[in-house]
Amino acid sequence: MISEYLNIIFFDSLKILALLVPVLIAVALIVWVDRRVWGLVQLRKGPNVVGPFGLLQTAADALKYIFKEIIIPAGSNKIIFILAPVVTMSLALLAWAVIPFGDNLYVTNINVGILYLFAVSSLGVYGIIMAGWASNSKYPFLGALRSAAQMVSYEVSIGLIIVTVLLCVGSLNLVDIVLAQKNIWFAIPLFPMFVIFFISALAETNRPPFDLPEAEAELVSGYQTEYSGMMYALFWLGEYANILLMCALGSILFLGGWLPLLDIAPFNLIPSPLWLIFKILLLFIVFALVKAIVPRYRYDQLMRLGWKVFLPLSLFWVVLTASFLFYFNLLPNQS
Amino acid sequence: MLAHAIIFYFFSFVAIVSSIMVISTKNTVHAVFFLILDFVSVSCLFIMLGAEFLGMITLIVYVGAVAVLFLFVVMMINIDFAELKSGFLDYMPFGLLVGLVILIELGMMAVSWKYKPDFVVKNPITTTAASNTESIGLLIYTDYIFFFQLAGFILLVAMIGAIVLTFRRKDSLRRQDITKQVSREREDSVELIEVASSKGVRIND
Repeated sequence: MISEYLNIIFFDSLKILALLVPVLIAVALIVWVDRRVWGLVQLRKGPNVVGPFGLLQTAADALKYIFKEIIIPAGSNKIIFILAPVVTMSLALLAWAVIPFGDNLYVTNINVGILYLFAVSSLGVYGIIMAGWASNSKYPFLGALRSAAQMVSYEVSIGLIIVTVLLCVGSLNLVDIVLAQKNIWFAIPLFPMFVIFFISALAETNRPPFDLPEAEAELVSGYQTEYSGMMYALFWLGEYANILLMCALGSILFLGGWLPLLDIAPFNLIPSPLWLIFKILLLFIVFALVKAIVPRYRYDQLMRLGWKVFLPLSLFWVVLTASFLFYFNLLPNQS
Repeated sequence: MLAHAIIFYFFSFVAIVSSIMVISTKNTVHAVFFLILDFVSVSCLFIMLGAEFLGMITLIVYVGAVAVLFLFVVMMINIDFAELKSGFLDYMPFGLLVGLVILIELGMMAVSWKYKPDFVVKNPITTTAASNTESIGLLIYTDYIFFFQLAGFILLVAMIGAIVLTFRRKDSLRRQDITKQVSREREDSVELIEVASSKGVRIND
């Protein structure tokens, strides 16, 4: 019996490693993609020295951070101060457990997969609040307050967008959500929702133009001000892992997950994980372009957009989709 | 089954210890963090019971939103403990009363006392539905739709009440009106005037 347990533990650990190692490598590469795109938009070259095309730049940066001294402020709350970057990073990695890369390619397939993703992404705010409060310093605290308000506000509209998609699917299972898009990707019938989801994802991950929790122009760098060395690197990589996760969520909800563009010969020969990776990369490049192009929002404009524009609009779309599906008798799983 | 039992006892232990810590820590922010830990372990217990939907909703609603607002408030208020403790004896009888009522209610539940012996649960959750989420949905939206809607309306009224209580309209405040800004035309704001020499211009506004 014990050997049975050990067996399960061993194979599950292998599965988890097979997922986590590529995700961590992808995070490192995505940082490089972000900086390259940013550079190209501004007519610079971006990081191109370390390794071929500068691909190893992130590894070099991470190595630098590891060898730096970790400074813990004397007035800080030490346990929570150290815990905050750990929470950010581990929550960002935790969510990948349910992301399906193919019909049978996932670590776990739970019935409430989308709720799990939503729950984990809504916990992400704690890393920032803990960091801001435990630093015992003014700028981090202000940054943390901003981020708490911002993330809670935009979560509401993301929740309603997920409800709209679920109305069309009739299941909370991520595999079912992807398979429901066999005929048409949800990005086409629910295009306005896709746009709102994308903008809300920008706000949820504190990306520019909504990076007010960091806002280096006014808050030095917000909640990260007191962090140094490896702890700062954890925040930095955790943020990118979160962005990657939001891109994955967007491609599963709206771009048909691992499904090929068209189900004909040249497209469906490409293995399914590559399709998902391709879609995530596509969304991420748009993320990077937005960072380079759009100026930062003012805080009251950000709140106005979240509560007065996105919330009514997404609520209206929930009602509209529900009525449409009900009237034309298209509701899934009618028993 | 052994692993199941170990995990169950782990989560229930964490839940009980953290809820004791909520009321015993001196630092209010720490108390909120312990409350969050409590919520998380309770949602894990829900998931272990097979109530995955409830577990996830607990995480999303309580941990993701309610506790954030708690933390938000607690972090910003500077709490003076000496002042808080000064009224302790005055409020103690009332607190004891509330505690006693809750204890009696818990006791009633524990010995499964029924106020009506022939009480039967109408349509208990059956396992015929495909998933936990589906069975909860069926139950709430068919048998208990009235109560569910009523609860929703009570929440709505409470929300409107909270907004009315805190909303103060300040006319002196200059607000940004985005449609006004965007719809502003060149003709409304700029005018080119030919000024005759040594005459000057009178601007009528």
